[in-house]
Amino acid sequence: MNEPTIVSFLCNWCSYEGADKAGGARLNYPANIRIIRVMCSGRVDPELVIQALKEGASGVLILGCHPGDCHYKKGNYKALRRTHLLKKTLKQLGVEEERVRLDWVAAGEGERFAEVANEMAETIKNLGPLELS
Amino acid sequence: MAKPKVAFYWCASCGGCEEAVVDLNEDILKVVEAVDIVFWPVALDFKKKDVEAMGDGEIAVSFINGAIRTEEQEEMVKLLRKKSGLIVAFGSCSHLGGIPGLANFWNRDAIFERVYKEIPSNANPENVFPKTKAKVGEKELTLPEFWDTVHTLDQVIDVDYYLPGCAPPPDLIMQGITAILEGKLPEKGTVLAPDKSLCDTCPRGENKPEKLSIKEIKRPYEIIPDPEKCFLEEGIICLGPVTRSGCGERCINANMPCRGCFGPTKEVIDQGAKGLSAIASILGVEDEEKMTEKDMQKLTDQIVDPAGLFYMYSLASSLLKRKRMA
Repeated sequence: MNEPTIVSFLCNWCSYEGADKAGGARLNYPANIRIIRVMCSGRVDPELVIQALKEGASGVLILGCHPGDCHYKKGNYKALRRTHLLKKTLKQLGVEEERVRLDWVAAGEGERFAEVANEMAETIKNLGPLELS
Repeated sequence: MAKPKVAFYWCASCGGCEEAVVDLNEDILKVVEAVDIVFWPVALDFKKKDVEAMGDGEIAVSFINGAIRTEEQEEMVKLLRKKSGLIVAFGSCSHLGGIPGLANFWNRDAIFERVYKEIPSNANPENVFPKTKAKVGEKELTLPEFWDTVHTLDQVIDVDYYLPGCAPPPDLIMQGITAILEGKLPEKGTVLAPDKSLCDTCPRGENKPEKLSIKEIKRPYEIIPDPEKCFLEEGIICLGPVTRSGCGERCINANMPCRGCFGPTKEVIDQGAKGLSAIASILGVEDEEKMTEKDMQKLTDQIVDPAGLFYMYSLASSLLKRKRMA
């Protein structure tokens, strides 16, 4: 319970389904991954990511459909470019870029979801809690 | 009836906001006719003790420009808060932190090290650094503390209204002053400028293409922009989409892109994050489905200093407020 919180934005069409699949298959993933369902990874405004970090999250995970598979055609491309730029910005502000991760999980990829979630939890555990002044 | 009393004060700023008051030209005579200026260190010889001698709330309104970064500035604005009915944060620095707020990429030690030691034109062989107390002969001299973090005015005292801009334009200043004098004030906390984005009022808006897509980013010194075209269309980053209008499009008319001095519109919490989001979404939109992740990274990597660019005026007021120091 005391593990640092990882706010995870999952797209409704692929990644949330993927997480559901992981649950159905009784795959383990860490309890500090807190899932928020959004309609598209392209809906995850960088402001939301920074707000999550500001309000106590130590990491933010954004999961969307694989490139080419976006339900809205191009939302995940925008998420990709925003995340590149956001990570660079956060680094300049002294926040390790690994604290934000964007990845792709399809609706059938329950195992992949569990894998990414576990990896992210491990990364954040190694970085330690994010302390902001 | 006695005329309402007005004060002007400056903190961490360049002096441009004081110029903006003078730029009212003949209109300043109307202001002086309607009010008594009781404190304005840059122009009139009143002292701190004169303010201390006033009753609480005796000053109708104090216009404070500049960010807050020293103990002295904190003391002065707290004094003015006590003595004033209304406090107006005047200009980008007191509203958002402004350019002085960029110091939040460092802290006091790093700034002193740079300014008093590293700068090549410095001669400081004895490593003299500012101290809050120093003994000179029999006497002890004191200086106010210099903080690690630059603050906006509303992070230090309660602020009633904001006059945005670097510096605020004369028409908004006059409108603000008139509204105060006539008692026709909007809700507390309002930014006294239109709640529209700059693109909404941009003179180049008509020529803006239906769909914007930037393939290659150009920095303003690299090309002479076409004065009719939208900057974004030419690949020059302009923060018009995430900046409040009301400035009179001064930069645009001088053929320079917007850098965000008016701050965001009402609903936005973090202007830098919104700017980043807006620009990232139009980078290479045209062929995005043909691009590899590497191609996209190359596009975004063209922005060399995103934090400095997107938070140019608003770092101190942003969600993170400053760089996290190791």
